[in-house]
Amino acid sequence: MSLFALTAHELQEKLKTREITAVELLEDVYRRVDSAEPAVQAYISLHQEKALAQAEAADDRLAAGSAAVGTGIPTAIKDNISVAGVRNTCGSQILADYVPPYNATVAEKLLAAGVSVIGKTNMDEFAMGSSTENSGFHVTRNPWDLSKVPGGSSGGSAAAVAAGEAVWALGSDTGGSIRQPAALCGIVGLKPTYGLVSRYGLVAFASSLDQIGPLTKDVTDCALLLQIIAGHDHLDSSSVVRDVPDYLAFLRNSVQGLRVGVPKEYFGEGLNSEVRSAVEKAIAQYEDLGAEVVEVSLPHTEYALSTYYLIAPAEASSNLARYDGVRYGYRDREAKDTVSMFMQTRGQGFGAEVKRRIMLGTYALSAGYYDAYYKKAQSVRTLIRQDFDQAFAQCDVIISPTTPTTAFAIGEKAAEPMEMYLSDIYTVTVNLAGLPGISVPCGLDSKGMPIGLQLIGRHFAEGQLLQAAYAYEQAAGSHLLRAPLEVKANG
Amino acid sequence: MAIDKKTVAHIARLSRLAVGEDELAGYAEQLSEILAAAEQLAKLDTEGVEPTAHAIPVHNVFREDVVRDSMPKEKVLANGPDVAEGMFKVPRILEEE
Repeated sequence: MSLFALTAHELQEKLKTREITAVELLEDVYRRVDSAEPAVQAYISLHQEKALAQAEAADDRLAAGSAAVGTGIPTAIKDNISVAGVRNTCGSQILADYVPPYNATVAEKLLAAGVSVIGKTNMDEFAMGSSTENSGFHVTRNPWDLSKVPGGSSGGSAAAVAAGEAVWALGSDTGGSIRQPAALCGIVGLKPTYGLVSRYGLVAFASSLDQIGPLTKDVTDCALLLQIIAGHDHLDSSSVVRDVPDYLAFLRNSVQGLRVGVPKEYFGEGLNSEVRSAVEKAIAQYEDLGAEVVEVSLPHTEYALSTYYLIAPAEASSNLARYDGVRYGYRDREAKDTVSMFMQTRGQGFGAEVKRRIMLGTYALSAGYYDAYYKKAQSVRTLIRQDFDQAFAQCDVIISPTTPTTAFAIGEKAAEPMEMYLSDIYTVTVNLAGLPGISVPCGLDSKGMPIGLQLIGRHFAEGQLLQAAYAYEQAAGSHLLRAPLEVKANG
Repeated sequence: MAIDKKTVAHIARLSRLAVGEDELAGYAEQLSEILAAAEQLAKLDTEGVEPTAHAIPVHNVFREDVVRDSMPKEKVLANGPDVAEGMFKVPRILEEE
């Protein structure tokens, strides 16, 4: 049987009973990587030797009875999350050779749990994009249809999990970068509440929006991985001091009486009809399960994309000022003075989308335009947040499509930034309001491509969100779907 | 707000980005399109609305001021593109007299 197709919780049982060893599991996943990777190209770097040593240590722990949640699970990590001694490119040529000297807190926690790190996954450069086509290295393909994008920016992590090239993965989400690729690749993806998971060691894009979160094959795995990474960290002063509940315990609760809010603004123009009917079917499923469906309104939704595309680039223009060729990363060696060194280094090291956003952000923050653009966007952000406050007075979770369409063709939107931005239309609001959001598989369209259902919860209500997601997943059976990726076995 | 080539060159300079003469028109068009979409925000009355910088209120976070180990110098310098005598080396900053 192929171990690579199983979930972490299934594998954990087999590891605990010593039916399989962590080394056998790792080898099985690497065989899958060997056969699938030429087609999918989910990874920027693979770390087989280190992973083998980690799996051997995991077997020792399993034998000694000191295993934790995650021990021996082959894991992929997005290439903007620092793992000490391993290249962290952020999908950018400017960091092509950068090796972080320390672990991100989430990496530290995963390594302490005893996972094996298979490799670092491909992404849109500095997490700016919705298709992984903006990677400075290569394009990743959707395991459900190799001519389609996997979504982005955590497209490598989503594709790796969907293809069985990792059991689970970490991504980061600034405007949808976990949920959108999870939806497009038919897996589960969760963006936690802002402040639940430490961002220490995550390369900063837009600091008031960024969160690290899990990409997994089902909701149970999502709860397990979130459990490992959640919690306050004194190294990230935006992380919040509060107790982390037992997320798995929530999955046992029924959704009887749960109030599910349907925001009418998320079902308007631009929503593909097949996506719409799949989500409507899911809403009916919730009613069958005893939930109460209520209509809610998020009236400022139409302003969310513009708000996001001012705030995120403004923060990025400031965060990315550090790439100057002085202390790390690429440097243009021809320049004769420092200012031209900065300009040439950045001009050559960054790709087009990153430059576009740095310039947009610089403009929005510049004298004379600050009030009209940046401050205005921050005020609208308040209105968007208040929309959710009002909606959550009437309901417990909000339900919507994750994306307006299923995966689009590689190259289809690459030349049209505004077209590409539209694929984040249902996800950016969640980051602006700092809320948790999860994407769960919700069936396939007529071309066999996965559709994603988004559930949004109150601040720090991940437990309730996972409970609602789990109830749907179990009733619909959508978590059992696997990408029909057939690749030649080696040899 | 339409952005012309001259404005792009100015923002690029402010952003410390070398942008080729042949790229200016493309960026001008794309940035204009994005900013034109952002104009819709002007329609909203935000008089008296407090701007949100962080969705979760973050207050000053304090810790005890205790001495801890810092990263060894060789680790800090290991990624430097040009390193000499325990320092990062850069092109001349001051003009010669």
